[in-house]
Amino acid sequence: MNLTLKIWRQKSPEKKGKMVDYKVTDISEHMSFLEMMDVLNEQLINSGEEPVAFDHDCREGICGMCSMYINGEAHGPDRGVTTCQLHMRMFKDGDTITIEPFRATAFPVLKDLVVDRSSFDRIQHAGGYISVNTSGNTQDANATPISKHDADEAMDAATCIGCGACVASCKNSSAMLFVGAKVSQYALLPQGQVEAVDRVKNMVAQMDLEGFGNCTNTGACEVECPKGISLENIARMNREFLSANLKG
Amino acid sequence: MSVLDSKVPKGPLKDKWTDYKDHIDLVNPANKRNIDVIVVGTGLAGGSASATLAELGYNVKAFCYQDSPRRAHSIAAQGGINAAKNYQGDGDSTYRLFYDTVKGGDYRSREANVYRLAEVSANIIDQCVAQGVPFARDYGGLLDNRSFGGVLVSRTFYAKGQTGQQLLLGAYSAMNRQIARGKITMNNRHEMLDVVKVNGKARGIIARNLITGEIERHSAHAVVIASGGYGNVYFLSTNAMGSNTTAAWKIHKKGAFFANPCYTQIHPTCIPRSGDYQSKLTLMSESLRNDGRIWVPKNIEDVKAIREGSKKPTDLSEDERDYYLERRYPAFGNLVPRDVASRAAKERCDAGYGVNATGEAVYLDFASAITRYGKEQAKIQGITNASEAKIYELGQAIVEAKYGNLFQMYEKIVDQNPYKTPMMIYPAVHYTMGGIWVDYNLMTTIPGCYAIGEANFSDHGANRLGASALMQGLADGYFVLPYTIGDYLSDDIRTGKIATDTPEFDAAEKEVKERLEFFTTNKGEHSVDYYHKKLGKIMWDKCGMSRNAEGLKEAMTEIKALREDFWKNVSVPGGANEMNPELEKAGRVADFLELGELFAKDALTREESCGGHFREESVELDGEQEGEAKRNDTDFAFVSAWEYKGEPSDAVLHKEELEFNDIELKQRSYK
Repeated sequence: MNLTLKIWRQKSPEKKGKMVDYKVTDISEHMSFLEMMDVLNEQLINSGEEPVAFDHDCREGICGMCSMYINGEAHGPDRGVTTCQLHMRMFKDGDTITIEPFRATAFPVLKDLVVDRSSFDRIQHAGGYISVNTSGNTQDANATPISKHDADEAMDAATCIGCGACVASCKNSSAMLFVGAKVSQYALLPQGQVEAVDRVKNMVAQMDLEGFGNCTNTGACEVECPKGISLENIARMNREFLSANLKG
Repeated sequence: MSVLDSKVPKGPLKDKWTDYKDHIDLVNPANKRNIDVIVVGTGLAGGSASATLAELGYNVKAFCYQDSPRRAHSIAAQGGINAAKNYQGDGDSTYRLFYDTVKGGDYRSREANVYRLAEVSANIIDQCVAQGVPFARDYGGLLDNRSFGGVLVSRTFYAKGQTGQQLLLGAYSAMNRQIARGKITMNNRHEMLDVVKVNGKARGIIARNLITGEIERHSAHAVVIASGGYGNVYFLSTNAMGSNTTAAWKIHKKGAFFANPCYTQIHPTCIPRSGDYQSKLTLMSESLRNDGRIWVPKNIEDVKAIREGSKKPTDLSEDERDYYLERRYPAFGNLVPRDVASRAAKERCDAGYGVNATGEAVYLDFASAITRYGKEQAKIQGITNASEAKIYELGQAIVEAKYGNLFQMYEKIVDQNPYKTPMMIYPAVHYTMGGIWVDYNLMTTIPGCYAIGEANFSDHGANRLGASALMQGLADGYFVLPYTIGDYLSDDIRTGKIATDTPEFDAAEKEVKERLEFFTTNKGEHSVDYYHKKLGKIMWDKCGMSRNAEGLKEAMTEIKALREDFWKNVSVPGGANEMNPELEKAGRVADFLELGELFAKDALTREESCGGHFREESVELDGEQEGEAKRNDTDFAFVSAWEYKGEPSDAVLHKEELEFNDIELKQRSYK
């Protein structure tokens, strides 16, 4: 198929960016979206132009590195996939595709489609862990049974890949799905209880400090999340936050 | 005597590690504060090592090329992690895990290292559960296990099909705690471009800030390389796009011997390639072989009909199918080790039985498992006279719970529903058992420079068993290196900060800058990928699943020629003082172009078949094992450790003879 691409080009964080049109031809429907971008870049390199910078790594939907806002949706039109898993069969010959970086105050653009998501890391530094040293003397893994239901729910929350699609999709640029997922994972497990109060307070405080907005329950984040992280995690975080503040 | 000293402690195998730990030198907590350690790579090995070293009190400087340590490619490991817990009561033990790993590695690994790995495996599971890793559990709330290839027990712990992700996020959380305390300085989007030696010891690195392009000097009392494997030398592999050998290759060029580069794992269950534009291959977890049965049609007419589309695989009756693994290896069936399963798939496809257009695919079929689980569920739920459709529905739910995300991933890529039609799979490059040579302390032949995880060569011999990579990465990082590095650093408590304004740093930085400048100013004709794809094709055709002397010699000549052309004609757009992904790739491919030739040289030198290294000249000619790989213990029971001498073809071989005192060398039989 032949396509027109409208892509955000921005040389560096300080420089102004703009949308630039490109044409690509003979794109196979079996290609992944990023393989289509590879074709474009090879074309640009061969004609002496600078290729489009974009983040990507594992190309199997798990590292969370790829981003891109495609035709107004984080990770594009398909559901339950990252951009690297999006296939060209979702598009048709003659389409014009608009490709922008994830937009949010807390995700500044570094170059073209590459954004800085280190704010996510800093939220994790604020409490996304259980304080246990490596010793070889921790108790036996089966000493504390955990109900399958809780373990499975914790796992569902823990599948978050930290890509930031939730933030990019939210009209408030809220990171509450991301933070809620981590808070939930630990809240559902006995190991997470000891530090539960401080964890939720500290992570929420850091989230606010980074400039992420609040949640107004539109649910766009859940729809666009490539891993299907549920809105319930935001509700759970709100409960944890409320009870943490009541406990003082 | 060899220049290689493995430093394996004396004494009985089962006491070595405990006795050794009791007698090594320690650094007192107050002194650890004055010691810096650089860790390159933040996967399971690097992440766990960084966190543990920081907990102990060292100042850790960690580096990763990704935008966050959480994205290292360990995250993509699907199936599970082995541990000799014997929770299933099926006779597992430390010895049995050790035995399986040495046998699975085709007797080409170092006994003492493997035993230690098996010994600490149980601690890993305890540690991860304490960190809040949500492993799969049964209805009693206890941890669940599954089986992997090459073993007869169930010792694999898992978190759906995302075990690597959960373990890495566990290590990442442990890192985060130390980053918050200031004990780890995390350098995201940084790439190590050289190691700096001072008086023969590793004392720092030169790194490039991938956002600004700035070249930085970082010093430390020890340097740990945890940068993973070199599977991307094949261009197409299941590795991440950025996975590279640069850190490992740079230390090799500065004196670290590179061991067994030819030992590469070609994983049997990957999604077949679909076209020339393909940028990478996707693995389907080996855990699928617990329930999936691998087959091709028995009759070549059916193969043709399927390729033409006039027949569907589901049209073929049981006796029209060739379950070739079950036929050839009745004892292990679909759960033979990876190298065996991959070669068997290649054998069928080479004979013309491949089931897709390229002729390079076999079926992985879940129909039997779905029916088996369905019947079991019907019984559990008290449904009598369940219809076939009902049984299928019940069974599908169980398979979905076990492998749901893998099935979804397959459907997204291939656009076929694997619950309704068998998956198509084909082998792909997945893991490299070879790597930097290390002694028992995980130290390379450069004093103060360590290699851990996939970057080293030590534990998997010539073939790695499933679910052992995660085990090794975390064993090295959590439980081995933090002890052994103390023994070395105890001599450094009075050294003080390592200065970076020295001639050694000047020289290393100059070299790095000159190379970058070459790339950005060379007016060449071809992109970096042009060369990478060509290299990959040579590697796959001549150093792939089966190798012969003639092909390997050709590979050496062709790679050398390609490298020379690369240094004349490569074209890299953009500058060095900005974010420039093409420039990053250029440096990585330049190193692959050297490693590839050493790889072929190593494969040529090893005139035997062992594990993932299959030499066509070395097969069993008769008897029950006819056609199987033939190992040669008399002449090749050694580790090949290569010393850099300029051109890869000039590398000098050093042999570490492997001694097996606690295990009898036998032909691997999975029949």
